[in-house]
Amino acid sequence: MPEVTELRINGTKVGVNADAERPLLSVLRDDLDLTGAKYGCGEGQCGACTVLVDGVPTRSCITSVGAVASKQVMTIEGLEQNGKLHPLQEAFLEAGAMQCGYCTSGMILSGVALLRQKPNPTVNEIIRFMEGNICRCGTYPRIIAALSKAAKAMEETGR
Amino acid sequence: MSERHDFEGGWEPERYELQAAPAYRFHLGRRDVFKCLGAGIVVLVLPGRVFAQESGRERRHAGKRDVPEELGAWLHIGEDGQIAVYTGKVEVGQNIRTSLTQVVAEELCAPLGSIRLVMGDTQLTPFDAGTFGSRTTPDMARQLQRVSAAARELLVDLAAEVWKADRASLTAANGRIIHRQTKEELDFGKLTKGQRLTLAVPDSPATTPAQRWKIAGHSAAKVNGRTFVTGQHKYVSDIKLPGMLHGKVLRPPSFGATLVSTNLKEAEAMPNVGVVRDGDFVGVVAPSEFLASRAVKAIQADWKLSPQISSQELFDSLKKPSGEVQDRGDAHRMGSVKEGLNAAEIRLQQTYSVAYIAHAPLEPRAAVAQWENGKLTVWTGTQRPFGVQGELAEAFRVSEDKVRVIVPDTGSAYGGKHTGEAAIEAARLARAAGKPVKLVWTREEEFTWAYFRPAGLIEVSSGIRKDGTLTAWEFHNYNSGASAIRTLYQVPNQEVWFHPGHSPLRQGSYRALAATANHFARETHMDELAHAVSMDPLEFRLKNLKDTRLRAVLERAAKAFGWGTKPGSGRGCGLAGGFEKGSYIATCAEVAVDRSSGRVKVVRAVSAFECGAVVNPEHLKNQIEGAMVMGLGGALFEAIEFENGKVLNPRFSRYRVPRFSDIPEIEVVLIDRQDLPPAGAGETPIVGIAPAIGNALFAATGVRLRSLPLVPHGSLKLP
Ligand code: FES
Ligand code: FES
Repeated sequence: MPEVTELRINGTKVGVNADAERPLLSVLRDDLDLTGAKYGCGEGQCGACTVLVDGVPTRSCITSVGAVASKQVMTIEGLEQNGKLHPLQEAFLEAGAMQCGYCTSGMILSGVALLRQKPNPTVNEIIRFMEGNICRCGTYPRIIAALSKAAKAMEETGR
Repeated sequence: MSERHDFEGGWEPERYELQAAPAYRFHLGRRDVFKCLGAGIVVLVLPGRVFAQESGRERRHAGKRDVPEELGAWLHIGEDGQIAVYTGKVEVGQNIRTSLTQVVAEELCAPLGSIRLVMGDTQLTPFDAGTFGSRTTPDMARQLQRVSAAARELLVDLAAEVWKADRASLTAANGRIIHRQTKEELDFGKLTKGQRLTLAVPDSPATTPAQRWKIAGHSAAKVNGRTFVTGQHKYVSDIKLPGMLHGKVLRPPSFGATLVSTNLKEAEAMPNVGVVRDGDFVGVVAPSEFLASRAVKAIQADWKLSPQISSQELFDSLKKPSGEVQDRGDAHRMGSVKEGLNAAEIRLQQTYSVAYIAHAPLEPRAAVAQWENGKLTVWTGTQRPFGVQGELAEAFRVSEDKVRVIVPDTGSAYGGKHTGEAAIEAARLARAAGKPVKLVWTREEEFTWAYFRPAGLIEVSSGIRKDGTLTAWEFHNYNSGASAIRTLYQVPNQEVWFHPGHSPLRQGSYRALAATANHFARETHMDELAHAVSMDPLEFRLKNLKDTRLRAVLERAAKAFGWGTKPGSGRGCGLAGGFEKGSYIATCAEVAVDRSSGRVKVVRAVSAFECGAVVNPEHLKNQIEGAMVMGLGGALFEAIEFENGKVLNPRFSRYRVPRFSDIPEIEVVLIDRQDLPPAGAGETPIVGIAPAIGNALFAATGVRLRSLPLVPHGSLKLP
């Protein structure tokens, strides 16, 4: 079986030794200790495993590692820059947009992708874009609030 | 029944999962907290008993366990001024790590950042029956208040000694003791330096009343929130130990199937794979989860199936008496229902039902187990670390002091993680492998082999006079449970029964237990009665209600909602109120129903909630919103479908849970009763939403729905 020997993760090249068929989620978590992406369903239904592949929110549980070998993968671990949280991470804290936090990484990465596409999303745009991410604790209203907050903060600071 | 049921069995019979026999019985062939804490001071509360040094924990092994209140928590202040608080409670998303930290900070007059909670670790924390039943805030917060207040007083004593000062002129503030006259200051670390003091607090020191709270009672951000938004927090499923293997368990093809024979050859021949068979337990270990999954698929097994009841026949079967009614049936009688019905001008008899639903915590059950020199350590997400410790000790026939269970902050539970299935499985595999083993249930396993919220059938018959006065109330709940089964409305003649049933599926605790089912039936029936006498549903309730706290939430919710204003066409409004576990909820909902498709959308929902004094308003609101959202799923579309012992919808693509687009505009009104002790709040707010939505759907369409879920496929059949 073909092997993947190198990945580009959070801006750095990392060596791996993985069967190309394996899900990206398992390589990230088990081989690279990047456990921010979570297993929630394994069928692309919950979004807990979301990472950005060339900026596009992607369900890593149903994406083979072979398919991303030449692409830029961003995980939640790569979002904080030089000890500074991304405005959306800040906004999640401010809005208290989590309970157990298990959905949080996936929510934030999906949200980051949305804000890149639409710096000022309406509530309906947020809902449509985020529909694939489940928060079983039901913090949806707060996640919407966090996204709006972050959009505002980013507009003000030009980030 | 084993010893560990002593607490739970008594209060809430519907915690079925705690009464079940262990899944496997294997044919297998104290630590000292004060010593390991180092210098500083240790304070613990021991009400009403003389404290014998370092003996607190052993007592629970002597015969019947003590009630959990007895030694609930202790805290340690180190020489660096860092405060470590030890509690057997666990964090599963209710944000009690934060609210309990606030309570400690308040009483101890210490900054939030200097306090660390050590939670749910059977080796380090005091015994605790479990994090359920909304007991954390009323019990644990109270204990921590007292332990912290005692510690503060001890620190004042120590400072008084240092300064040879009158303790009345000293105050504690912000991690220091301050001399009000000389303005001298000593921080906690300086005071505890070189000390090895253990203080047992026999009675209640004075604690700060809620009216004077400065840190508690306010919204503090989640204390370890940063580790979640950066992905750094390690859930059980994220733990990796050196040499760790991944495990998988062979599951039966259906409920009730027993293993006849296996052919393990192919799996055993796979490189680096280990296979374990012990009775009905068959599992594998491998260096990766990928390989373990392949190995378990390579096992051939013959199963003996037994006939199982399907969803279709469920409600008939639940009504068949289990034969236990006499001993376990819970009855409440007052006056004579017969006379009450005779005195009525209008009589109504209706049947309501609720389906089995799944907790579906986003983090499925997971465990990492490690054996070292005959001692077992298991990291697992459970609401009952000590209960699971007992399960493990029983399964492996070792004494409890050989088993340590550690619960990292967990990916939610909702009453669904009281048991230790994954812990036992991982431990069995680790024992065979001689290496640590991680086992994470798949979503399908979680949907199939965990336990469900009980299904239930409820029959209500009632009588009222035309002026809306209730005269008779008879209420029978079959199988779902007795929580919140009694009505708070004034009825002179009533009879209320809980009849345990034979459940075809494994059932157990769920957020608020049967309070959801009982409120759904009661509040729907009340709505039907209001319409029968053409009264406004709010007015009708208030007419029959004396309880001032329930009246208050109903009135506040109605006001915030704008109850009484006519909604647009195709829309309807409904309300419901209730009480459980020391707190009160009222919920109003507005729904929109699409005339042509019958599609249902909950447009907005307002809840008013009162649980005594509020410890952290933002986190409380978060819990209430979350409960409303979760409750909306069970109200509208969640249901486990099953046939021949198989769950037909064991995945998120077939079992619908609420998503962004399902969420109404939500408003929460808090009534902060600082004159009352705080009660728990994670459960009760779930009970109002289902009847409020059902009643709103009736108002919108004239169609009365009496089964949860109300619209299993998302739309309503309109006449
Ligand atoms: S785990 Fe990938 S979408 Fe659920
Ligand atoms: S915070 Fe628990 S699943 Fe979202």
